[in-house]
Amino acid sequence: MKNVLEYLEHTVTHSAGKPAFIDGDGDVNFGQLYHKSRAIGTYLCSHGMRKQPIVVFMKKSTAMITAFLGVAYGGNFYVPLDAEMPAFRIQLILKTTAPPLIICDETTQELISLWGLDIETQLYTDLCQHHVSDEDLACVRLHTTDIDPLYVVFTSGSTGTPKGVVASHQSVIDYIENLSPVLKAGPDTVFGMQSPLYLDACLKEIFPTLKYGATTYIIPPSLFMFPVKLIEYLNMHGINTICWVASALGLVAGLGALEKAVPHTLRTIAFTSEVLPAKHFNKWRELVPDARFVHFYGPTEATGVATFYVADRFFDDGEAIPIGQPFSNTDIVLLDDNNATPAANQPGEICIRGACLSLGYYKDPIKTQAVFVQNPLSCFPDTIYKTGDIGYRDDNGVLYFISRRDHQIKHMGYRIELAEIEYIAARHQSIELACAVFDQDKSRIVLYYTTRSLVDMADIKAYLKATLPRYMMPYAIFALDTLPLTPGGKFDRVGLLNKYKEGR
Amino acid sequence: MCELLKILQEMHPEVDYATHQALVDEKVLDSFDIITLVAEINDRMDIAIPAEELIPENFNSYASLLALVEKLEEEQ
Repeated sequence: MKNVLEYLEHTVTHSAGKPAFIDGDGDVNFGQLYHKSRAIGTYLCSHGMRKQPIVVFMKKSTAMITAFLGVAYGGNFYVPLDAEMPAFRIQLILKTTAPPLIICDETTQELISLWGLDIETQLYTDLCQHHVSDEDLACVRLHTTDIDPLYVVFTSGSTGTPKGVVASHQSVIDYIENLSPVLKAGPDTVFGMQSPLYLDACLKEIFPTLKYGATTYIIPPSLFMFPVKLIEYLNMHGINTICWVASALGLVAGLGALEKAVPHTLRTIAFTSEVLPAKHFNKWRELVPDARFVHFYGPTEATGVATFYVADRFFDDGEAIPIGQPFSNTDIVLLDDNNATPAANQPGEICIRGACLSLGYYKDPIKTQAVFVQNPLSCFPDTIYKTGDIGYRDDNGVLYFISRRDHQIKHMGYRIELAEIEYIAARHQSIELACAVFDQDKSRIVLYYTTRSLVDMADIKAYLKATLPRYMMPYAIFALDTLPLTPGGKFDRVGLLNKYKEGR
Repeated sequence: MCELLKILQEMHPEVDYATHQALVDEKVLDSFDIITLVAEINDRMDIAIPAEELIPENFNSYASLLALVEKLEEEQ
């Protein structure tokens, strides 16, 4: 197997009429998915677009997933953008990618015309009407290898510009083949998708659905505000498999929703992307005792997630749930400061090797070379990805996450560089210096800043709201006369965090 | 009860809470806001909003949220 589209091509032969993806507006079955994505693919390759970044800028929907596959059929790679991202960020990403085409829906096409960008746009609905050329699509496939990119997703960058992680068909196939048995996915799997479509997190549902002819419900994001309604939604649709960010599970448990309604159809409950407190995990396990719980860990650079742990016991308050063991065909190497393997229970940087590794950062060889490096333990060419996460193996070889080595945080499931928030804040004409800190206990980002000219705090807030994605928006901002520094001349983040926790 | 209005105004100073009737339906309040609201009402007013009251109807206007908070205050 060398192309992810083979999953769909196999499934459509036996399950064409079965719903593949369902959102609030309706569903798309495998037959429709196959036809529409091939129509889009034919349009792209017959208009000279091959191995190009094609931006898919749409509302979270079944149509957006269809467009991803269409881009792949045309021999290109998709760059997903969300209709709710701030305009400033979207334009930065468009500038970096320089796509020949943006696939839109009506709402996003209007936005783009307002910005006056000189990039061709096409409506998704129009592209689906294009004729299908078997010959053109076969020609594209003939010239595609499994190391060709499938997508570029953008993640927070510490220099203020988002980084585009490029993943190949090979790394996605490797991921799906080794993830699926852990999820126990099969034809009767019904996924309830929480993750946004502009991150690699959504691969977990999309590709096992295509592989097995399963079904994915795209859960309306607003339901995550109202947890009892969310559980009723899971029950109503017979959803049996969820892979959510830990904060979503934590929210449902923390607000007391499980005592009011039990999600009785769930068989597999996976959580990822940040630490799930033991008390919330225990509540889930107690109130949904028949489900299997799986903890996932892994960075976007290693395509989706890289390790898993089947959490089949209760945990003590404050006890960490392990990140477990790598997937089959993935290897985790721990490296200490001397590039040696630390002893059991001793910390080291978590490094990943295997076919799961992405190709690197789009148009950024310098950043790529900084973290995709030669394995110092190997005498042959052997690339590892240095995650920047610190972890250890216990006496039984089970992996645990300890912390980050830099100022990257996880907030509501999103990976955020605090430096990106600081960079954006400091772009405001009245802000001189800005330092962002994260209160882990309350899950709040707080920004301290100094000013060079008189400015109203409300103006700063409005500016940040307009330029930062919602999940990066500081919960509170404070103006100071000076920002405290450490003896080394860096921002005293610990001091500022304590200042905040003590009430300014 | 002006504490509640204060919390809301800190989150979205631009919104006219006296008249707005569709804070959730028109996406003025998003999931981050709802979580913040529940936490702030708990911290600053010592009122816990139970899960079954987390429904759009209770958050669509200042008046409905105020009614909820007053009801809970009496009960708790």
